[in-house]
Amino acid sequence: MPTTLENWNPGKAENRHPDVTYEEKERLFLEIKNDIRYHDFLYGCYECGICVSACPSARFYDFSPRVIAQAVAREDVERVYDILTEDIWNCAQCFSCVRCPRQNNPGGLVTILREVSIKNGLQESKDALQGYSRVIYKVMLKGNQVSPDMLQPDFFPDWGPWVQNFSQNMHVWRKAIPMDSIRGLTDVAWRVERKTLLELYTIWFESGNMDIIKELDESLYDLLVDVMKEELEEG
Amino acid sequence: MTELTTVEQILEKKSHPVTRDAEAAPTQDMHELLYELEAKGEIILQKVPEPYVEFTTKYGRKKKIPIEHTWHHKSCGHCGHIPGYASSILWLHRQFGLDYHDPTDQTSCTGWNYYASAASNAVGQASVMARNFAAAYETGYFPLIHCGTSFGHYKEIREQLVHHKELRDEVRRILDKMGKPLVIPEEIVHYSEWVYAMRQKFAERQLVDMSSITATVHPACHYYKIIAEDAIYDPEIYGGQRTAVVTAVLQELGINVADYSTWFDCCGFGFRHVLVQRDFTRSFAVLRKIEVMKNEANPDVTITHDTGCVTTLDKSQFAAKAHERKVGIPVLSDAQIAALAMGAHPFRVVQFHWHSTDWRPFLEKLGINWQKYWDEFQTDLDAIRAGTKSGITWQDADQPIKLTA
Ligand code: SF4
Ligand code: SF4
Repeated sequence: MPTTLENWNPGKAENRHPDVTYEEKERLFLEIKNDIRYHDFLYGCYECGICVSACPSARFYDFSPRVIAQAVAREDVERVYDILTEDIWNCAQCFSCVRCPRQNNPGGLVTILREVSIKNGLQESKDALQGYSRVIYKVMLKGNQVSPDMLQPDFFPDWGPWVQNFSQNMHVWRKAIPMDSIRGLTDVAWRVERKTLLELYTIWFESGNMDIIKELDESLYDLLVDVMKEELEEG
Repeated sequence: MTELTTVEQILEKKSHPVTRDAEAAPTQDMHELLYELEAKGEIILQKVPEPYVEFTTKYGRKKKIPIEHTWHHKSCGHCGHIPGYASSILWLHRQFGLDYHDPTDQTSCTGWNYYASAASNAVGQASVMARNFAAAYETGYFPLIHCGTSFGHYKEIREQLVHHKELRDEVRRILDKMGKPLVIPEEIVHYSEWVYAMRQKFAERQLVDMSSITATVHPACHYYKIIAEDAIYDPEIYGGQRTAVVTAVLQELGINVADYSTWFDCCGFGFRHVLVQRDFTRSFAVLRKIEVMKNEANPDVTITHDTGCVTTLDKSQFAAKAHERKVGIPVLSDAQIAALAMGAHPFRVVQFHWHSTDWRPFLEKLGINWQKYWDEFQTDLDAIRAGTKSGITWQDADQPIKLTA
């Protein structure tokens, strides 16, 4: 379509998501802007591209930390909505982009964008986290992100025959570790006391973390709340 | 008119070691802000215990690294998937009779999950950190952080807590429910800084000659990119242009450290990617790291200092073989190679069997008869299977061995 005075929107991205109102996109943008970290992570942008040259995701995806910093700095509500729905999950969160001469933290901006996207239940983010729920379940409930019993050949076929060998020997290998805090454990990485876990659950409830999970995955939320509430009530 | 800088001038400048003046640092010293908050009674500042060593960080400031009385803040990835990493750190402490505490009143920092899913928030993340730090304070031991991500994440949270009163207030409200105070340690210390501080001591008690070995180093992103000013630099190492940890340790052990052009690149871990989108992780680890190391340095081993980096660089190599990529570099941590150099059992302590890229040629090049120690370890496992032994203990693992005898 040729650009005419009627459809020209200078300095702003085109509306690629007409199903979502501009007001809703503005509301999401303001949530990003009002995050306490926003002003620590963004000071404007020279558009120099140094962040892109350091960015692993820019090498593999159609992804650019420069575009993210620029769009957010220009308060380009449409473009930021595109980024929320199309780009944020490609970031590797390595923070190589903090080489920025403007002292920006584009990776940190992505973290804020992701958080806003999850909190508001954007479908694209739910899709990106498909298959990830079991990890959230593990870390929130057990206080460890990963455990040996997650190393199953079905999940890690690309890691080769080692995984098969490992899963056959897991129980005995785990007993053959000299650290008391690890020895023998297969469903957690290290032993976390019950009192410690109850404190962790308190944090999840008090910090508003459970509301985020509810928005992300209702059945995961139900599962977590059931166990945590019961444990907390037992004290 | 400003004089133009020629390429020769830039190269000349870069050929000299960088010494940095703390007075000219571009950022405010975090310590000053912490002392102010302590003076106002807003936080308890846990002091670095004696004995400690001071090193220079990126902008010329000093950082205190404790030698003992440390609270070992464990890493999910170490303990879950590379246990020889954690046991090597503790084994090294035990060799020198250093006082340490291996707590069970510790949770994950949950940073891996946060960087993968963002299914948390600033208050939740800060409270998890503060709970762990309060738990350490209660024991009297000082936190030593095993995981690079926990280290980076905690440094960033410390910044947020210092700069945002509303965050401090929220975290304090949550800690109150557990009867805990808001404690921030005077330094946030990564275990690889302790390894760096101890390197000469390791070399003095080295039992395995490592001078035949060439190693590459992968500096862990979350160690030196997040709150970059807090990483240790030394003009003697890479002219002060890259962090000194790991490389200085290897040099002290007599290892030839070889350079490669993509040293700044991440490993490809990606947090979410390594769990549910590994095509990116595998490709990046192989194409931008392992293959470049192979082509440019052909090392016997690559050494890093974080959880995700060891796993990613090691486990990504298998699938690449099918595509006939140049792979086959075993991956270890600085703590593991230091322990091996001092005669730690390759399986009881270093736990090579958890690593999948073939490590046998590396051990053979060192003159270590790995088969002998594997057979010994199999005897342990048989006894565990038969129920005559409940597991390996420090009693089985403490004694250093003349591995190359
Ligand atoms: S944090 Fe994200 S945007 Fe920044 S360099 Fe890493 S992958 Fe790129
Ligand atoms: S490095 Fe910084 S200033 Fe340059 S394009 Fe990236 S965000 Fe903008």
